[in-house]
Amino acid sequence: MSSLMSIKNMSVNFDTPGGSLEAVRGVDIEIPAGMSVGVVGESGSGKTVMCRAAMGLLQGSTVNRTGTVIFDGHELTAMSKEQVRELFGSGMAMIFQDPLTALNPVRRIGAQLSEGLRIRLGMSKSDAMARSKELLELVRIPNAAAVLKSFPYQLSGGMRQRVMIAIAIACNPKLLFADEPTTALDVTVQAQILQLLRELREDLNMSMVLVTHDLGVVAGNTDYVAVMYAGEVVEYAPTKKLFADMRMPYTEALLDSIPRVDHKSGTRLSVIAGRLPDPTHRPAGCGFAPRCKYAQDKCTTDHPELKTDPDGHVYRCWFPIGEAL
Amino acid sequence: MSKFNFWLQRAAQVIIVLLIVTFGASLLLRLIPVDLATILIPNGSESEREILRNEIGLNKGPIGYYLQWLGDFVQGDLGKIYFSGGTETVSDHLAKAMPRSLLLMAYTQVFALSVAIPLGVISAYRAGRRTDRIISNILFVMASIPGFAIALILIIVVGVKLAWLPTLGYATYSEGIWEHFKHMLMPVLSLSFGLIATYTRLLRADMIASLREDYVTMAMSKGLSDRRILWKHVFRPSSITLFTSAALSMGGLIGGAIVIESIFATYGVGFEIFAAIAGRQYISLQSCVAVISLFYVFFNLVVDIGSGFVDPRTRDRRANV
Ligand code: SF4
Repeated sequence: MSSLMSIKNMSVNFDTPGGSLEAVRGVDIEIPAGMSVGVVGESGSGKTVMCRAAMGLLQGSTVNRTGTVIFDGHELTAMSKEQVRELFGSGMAMIFQDPLTALNPVRRIGAQLSEGLRIRLGMSKSDAMARSKELLELVRIPNAAAVLKSFPYQLSGGMRQRVMIAIAIACNPKLLFADEPTTALDVTVQAQILQLLRELREDLNMSMVLVTHDLGVVAGNTDYVAVMYAGEVVEYAPTKKLFADMRMPYTEALLDSIPRVDHKSGTRLSVIAGRLPDPTHRPAGCGFAPRCKYAQDKCTTDHPELKTDPDGHVYRCWFPIGEAL
Repeated sequence: MSKFNFWLQRAAQVIIVLLIVTFGASLLLRLIPVDLATILIPNGSESEREILRNEIGLNKGPIGYYLQWLGDFVQGDLGKIYFSGGTETVSDHLAKAMPRSLLLMAYTQVFALSVAIPLGVISAYRAGRRTDRIISNILFVMASIPGFAIALILIIVVGVKLAWLPTLGYATYSEGIWEHFKHMLMPVLSLSFGLIATYTRLLRADMIASLREDYVTMAMSKGLSDRRILWKHVFRPSSITLFTSAALSMGGLIGGAIVIESIFATYGVGFEIFAAIAGRQYISLQSCVAVISLFYVFFNLVVDIGSGFVDPRTRDRRANV
């Protein structure tokens, strides 16, 4: 199976007044063509930074990215900003967590949607507008003509997210990064948006990286899962396999934190007790040790290496679940 | 609340503000602990003063005086300026001074904004890097030199040493466009320096805040060029503070350019105020203050209307409040 994007040993550091902040370290992820890969972790685990860095959207003098990212035969990490930009829209695209902040507040939907078509595909203004209307219909927005003339704040959250999806898929990207696409939405709308993404992926033959903190979302929408913790990939496996045979204590804890159906809606997500390690001062051992119920002495002193099972299941733990102690 | 109601309420606010300001100015006048008629016509006889007191209502109480002044003002009678040889009307003076001040203000704004906007955009784009640091140092210097000092330096260097530009006076369009601009250039420069520094900093700060927004990353992910992102996506939502500040400084430029107008003797409204104070023509002063507050209020309204165009959210928020 060919890989559409492969991220090798990628690290991202931010220079901050308090020292270097290591947001992502040594991440290896393969995104097979046509597949959907989930990236799961708590907020602060580095999943958003990982995606933006892989795509090349992190800019500024305070960002240091190392490692290699290859997309569709292009080595992004060796290309200039302008060269990578050529791949945006038609190669890679991204949708964001909160469509209210990700859509420009002062520009009409039509302008924001047609812009990519005109610049990336060289369409004329009227062609781009006509295509924009089709795109809005494609993401099931009723009354597309009126929505084209609206401003983002005039639409509901679900509609805005559909608009953002329309913008992202406008130039037929091969790979879509969806960064927590449903987190800001109501439960019913969440399901609709995920459904829409599934269908679009199939129709457009598009690969997807689905970033979420919710293993429940991953279960029905991805082929592979990468679990991230404190900037590292701590488990990587085909989704079915991960749920059938979980190796990583952190993943198990995440699964336990999924709110049950019998919870009243509105109750807070139950979370894993304890906090992520401080990204400016990484502990020597396993970053999960203070919160892990399987932790042993070794966990606090030695950083666990990535281990790969014969079936390709990857994890980063000294004492994985299902192994005799 | 409907749009109509909003503007109705806004108009009521405006009128109340104007009444308070003009009444305040009128009251100040009455608080001067000497006989105003004596000040206005120091060489007049007691009977002439009595006529004057009756004419402008000085023999009434403060409120009666104010109401009479207000009645005259709304009918276009802004009072008189008294000379030893006779009188001239304030409205005649302002009719001559106002266009000069308005032009001076307009040129200053256009110049200051057309320098400040590119500078602000560039320094936000290169925030923290060398270009930004250089610009911010230059701005620091520009903001630290007071306008009158710039005016004097310009007069000495450009006006006297190089003799490129006239140092005094004003030329109307009819005296030649070129002549007109030659007279305006140095006053405009003197007034712009401080504004450029303020405007650039305002725009830079707001642009930097906007550049952190998700919609900028979104625009990047569409494959747009940095230039397009800066101008099409970031500039407009970041420009509200800039334009508000620019509009509000217009009132100040019309009446507040007292020093610069006096140095260059352009005889605008600022100069008129200066002359009113120096010649103790307090009725003229009161009316000039009223006219300037009218402009302040007007430009405030412009801000209200304009911000709705810059940011559509304000428009609807207004209608929905
Ligand atoms: S290495 Fe130790 S602390 Fe870390 S997840 Fe495994 S068992 Fe827990």
